[in-house]
Amino acid sequence: MSTTTQTRPTTWTDACSIDRLHPEDGVAILLPDGTQVALFLTRDEHLYAVDNIDPYTGAAVISRGIVGDRSGEPTIASPMLKNVFSLRTGHSLDEDGVHLDTWPVRRDGATVQIATRAEENTP
Amino acid sequence: MEELVVIGNGMVGHRLIEALHDRDSAHHWHITVVGEEPRTAYDRVALSSYFDGASAQDLSLGDVSGPHVDVHVNERATAIDRAHRTVTTATGRVLPYDRLVLATGSTPFVPPIPGHDLPGCHVYRTIEDLDAITASAQGARTGVVIGGGLLGLEAANALRLLGLQAHVVELAPHLMPAQIDEGAGSLLRNLITDLGVHVHTGSASTAVQAADHGRVSHLTLGQDTHLEADLVVFSVGIRPRDDLARTAGLEVGERGGIVIDDTCTTSDAHIHAIGEAANHRGTVYGLIAPGNAMAEVVADQLVGGAATFTGADTSTKLKLLGVDVASFGDAHGRTPGALDVVVNDAASGRYAKLVLSDDATTLLGGILVGDATAYATLRPLVGSPLPADPLALITPEGAAGLGADALPDSAQICSCNAVTKGELTEAIDCGNHDVPALKACTKAGTSCGSCVPMLKKILAQAGIEQSKALCEHFPQSRAELVEIIRATGTTTFSALISAHGTGYGCDICKPAVASILASLGGGHILEGEQATLQDTNDRYLANMQRNGTYSVVPRIPGGEVTPDKLIVIGEVARDFNLYTKITGGQRIDLFGARLEQLPDIWKRLVDAGFESGHAYGKSLRTVKSCVGTTWCRYGVQDSVGLAIRLEERYRGLRSPHKLKSAVSGCARECAEARGKDFGIIATDQGWNLYVGGNGGFTPRHAELLAGDLDEETLIRYIDRFLMFYVRTADRLQRTAPWIESLDGGLDHLREVIVHDSLGIATELEAAMEDHVAAYTDEWAAVLADPDKLARFVSFANAPTTPDPTISFTTTRDQPVPEAPLNLGMPTPRPQEATR
Ligand code: SRM
Ligand SMILES: Cc1cc2nc3c(=O)[nH]c(=O)nc-3n(C[C@H](O)[C@H](O)[C@H](O)COP(=O)(O)OP(=O)(O)OC[C@H]3O[C@@H](n4cnc5c(N)ncnc54)[C@H](O)[C@@H]3O)c2cc1C
Ligand code: SF4
Ligand code: FES
Repeated sequence: MSTTTQTRPTTWTDACSIDRLHPEDGVAILLPDGTQVALFLTRDEHLYAVDNIDPYTGAAVISRGIVGDRSGEPTIASPMLKNVFSLRTGHSLDEDGVHLDTWPVRRDGATVQIATRAEENTP
Repeated sequence: MEELVVIGNGMVGHRLIEALHDRDSAHHWHITVVGEEPRTAYDRVALSSYFDGASAQDLSLGDVSGPHVDVHVNERATAIDRAHRTVTTATGRVLPYDRLVLATGSTPFVPPIPGHDLPGCHVYRTIEDLDAITASAQGARTGVVIGGGLLGLEAANALRLLGLQAHVVELAPHLMPAQIDEGAGSLLRNLITDLGVHVHTGSASTAVQAADHGRVSHLTLGQDTHLEADLVVFSVGIRPRDDLARTAGLEVGERGGIVIDDTCTTSDAHIHAIGEAANHRGTVYGLIAPGNAMAEVVADQLVGGAATFTGADTSTKLKLLGVDVASFGDAHGRTPGALDVVVNDAASGRYAKLVLSDDATTLLGGILVGDATAYATLRPLVGSPLPADPLALITPEGAAGLGADALPDSAQICSCNAVTKGELTEAIDCGNHDVPALKACTKAGTSCGSCVPMLKKILAQAGIEQSKALCEHFPQSRAELVEIIRATGTTTFSALISAHGTGYGCDICKPAVASILASLGGGHILEGEQATLQDTNDRYLANMQRNGTYSVVPRIPGGEVTPDKLIVIGEVARDFNLYTKITGGQRIDLFGARLEQLPDIWKRLVDAGFESGHAYGKSLRTVKSCVGTTWCRYGVQDSVGLAIRLEERYRGLRSPHKLKSAVSGCARECAEARGKDFGIIATDQGWNLYVGGNGGFTPRHAELLAGDLDEETLIRYIDRFLMFYVRTADRLQRTAPWIESLDGGLDHLREVIVHDSLGIATELEAAMEDHVAAYTDEWAAVLADPDKLARFVSFANAPTTPDPTISFTTTRDQPVPEAPLNLGMPTPRPQEATR
């Protein structure tokens, strides 16, 4: 079990139960403020939370994409036009300057929680 | 600048202009071309493909006119004035020349038998001839070709493609007497008869008879045999067009042809003759390769070179009606003391003969019928010592397996364009590392194409191989992964990647492997881990639209649907507020469904008897049909019944790319079957099966794989074809580029599918039977399984809350996506091309 590094103290919001998350099978989470997050569990049991909205088309579909890796970097491919983003940083691996916001995510017992303020400009 | 006039803008005349263009960079020559046909030069060798979907534009050899070249088409040269060095044309134009080239070709010889000029009698040489034959075939039932040579057989195939019952009448005791011997001829006859062409050898056509309406109705053979014939094509030989030369007083041969010497010069030093019009050392060559060689010689002479023509190879390879025939070198064994090695295997439909020197060391020539794969290797070996035991060379895999290294550098690989192995190796060294580049650089492979397999071998011998790796995670090609999965019985992606790949996978290898697992009977595509491998549309069994909603396409096999079912579709669309459209695939698409609505929509559809249409899958889409005999007054078979049967047989079959099919009830082809991966067209005798058709980026007409099949044979062939494709194609490679990529192309495919040359037909059929038996409706299975249903929610923490970003406006009374919010979006990068 592991969590991504938390950069600053925030409110943790319950996303879903851990049973709901299957490896490499994303789900969409609706945050209280209406923001949509795509939540993933990778095969090596890392949790990642990124923007659910595809920056290229505006459609809320990132959670339905394919999880994988590029030279070891964990990735998510948008199902819309197959643009590939790093799950860790949210950055596009094909085009400079395009990125998905990312959120800290952790496991609290049987519950997965997301820190409800987006990290801005992750490295 | 000097004036060059070229009479005749056929294949060889065209080659001359190209060759001169390449050499005369200083523009010493101004060229004027006069051609009698209404269009510029076209590929006469490929003329028959006009009946197979090629247009006049496709056949065109390209425009050569420019500042130094004037081309006048539709204009016949009528006289040559040698004293004043001018040519006069039918429009009255007078063209002065310093040099004149006669490239007037030949005309088909029509024997002066009674009735030879009746309406319905044709020859086979120009596009206009083919148009006339097509027009004349309307309403005709039988067509007879007089002459069983290379061209006659091509013409017979054309008649067959036009839906006529085809006959070939040949005077000699066997077919293609000029190229092959009796043993080969009798096997060829059997193979061709099997395909439904009636062959009459040893028969003299003595008269053409007309019926009351004045058109041909039958042919008299010998004294009193009659053969029904609504259309007759003469193909008994050609006559060089030497009339202009004759009138101008040039020397012509005893049996015709403008006499030329080794520099291709006629008896007038200012006049050359090339191609089929020329007679060199008593021979008039009826083939393109010698003509091209003459054109090159004249071009060289014109720029002061000393090239000569000393005779040419008359090797031929014919691929017709699915039968390979090749003849090369001294095929008839006329060299004194020549020895024959013959394999005559009537059972498998193969005949092969090698002609060897008296000491059995040197290959002199040969004949191959039924399987000519060895031609590409053997022909360049003529005159060289044999690299292996002669018998081994003509067993099925023998010569085909011979590496290019068996050939000397001087071996001519492309006989059409006189390109040697040495020249090819040099071109490869200059960086031409694939077949298209080699073709562009050396012209090898650009005419009849029979040397292309050899080009590939030479590339391979030079150590050049394209990477076949699927992606960074798998070094194997898709076809190799199929073999690995079959051999190891692997059933999951994770097992496969940990044993044979690296990393976690990606959006390329995951869907590709998911598709292979599904093709090999891997169960429901949303079962367990498989769900995470699927491409966008397969992942939710629906097609994702631009705003993240989905479309729903129920299967409507053959496009046939009852009013009650139509009403259900209408009601579902109304109740869920879906945009409704009739698709190009003869069914109905309902757009704008949100993820969480899909199960409710499908429940209504499944209850009404619908099932998934797999519009989302790389799998069978639709089998379109026309109404056929059910309603149409022209229909000759039940096209709707067959389309439904095929759609129900192959539905759900996962494949490297989508599969489309159609069935037409007659040759009018209302179902557009020849635009499909496999298309079926009804004939009086059964069904013609066409494969490799495609719309999309690179449209292509499907080509005939086998003709006049009964329904059971048809289905067996399609079973084999589809399974072979599933196992060997690349990811996202549709059938058309797949067939192109096969070594030996369509011919090879036909060998595998029809003649079972790989011995895998039974296995392929069994695999298809397994697929048919295991088929279940994917959507019904989802509705019955709470685990799979759980995926169809908008949010894990708010399963029925609609995605707030989705909204619609109304256009033409239907809901359509609201224009997307302007997010300052980057421009989408171009999507991966399908092929
Ligand atoms: C709905 C339809 C257009 C219509 O309103 O008529 C359609 C819609 C799509 N076509 Fe098509 N094609 C449709 C008939 C065709 C046809 C005509 C036909 O099948 O007779 C063709 C040309 C024939 C062919 O495929 O050879 C056609 C050639 C393509 C291609 C190009 C394929 C190629 O080999 O180059 C694509 C792109 C691809 O598959 O990569 C494509 C891809 C698509 C996709 C799936 C793109 C996508 O992934 O979103 C579209 C979504 C369909 C949906 O959301 O339901 N569609 N598409 C037609 C559905 C037919 C059906 O009932 O299943
Ligand atoms: C159906 C078919 C299939 C064939 N298949 C093969 C094959 O597989 N392999 C092979 O090697 N060969 C094949 N051939 C033969 C090949 O096409 C010819 O050898 C080649 O076209 C000869 O070229 P050419 O320029 O000499 O004659 P052509 O191509 O006939 O050109 C002569 C041109 O001159 C024009 N002309 C004649 N007189 C005049 C005049 N007075 N004024 C103006 N114009 C004039 C004619 O109209 C014609 O356009 C095939 C031929 C046909 C018909
Ligand atoms: S293809 Fe033939 S049978 Fe079918 S509808 Fe058209 S004309 Fe009628
Ligand atoms: S041998 Fe005909 S194109 Fe090469």
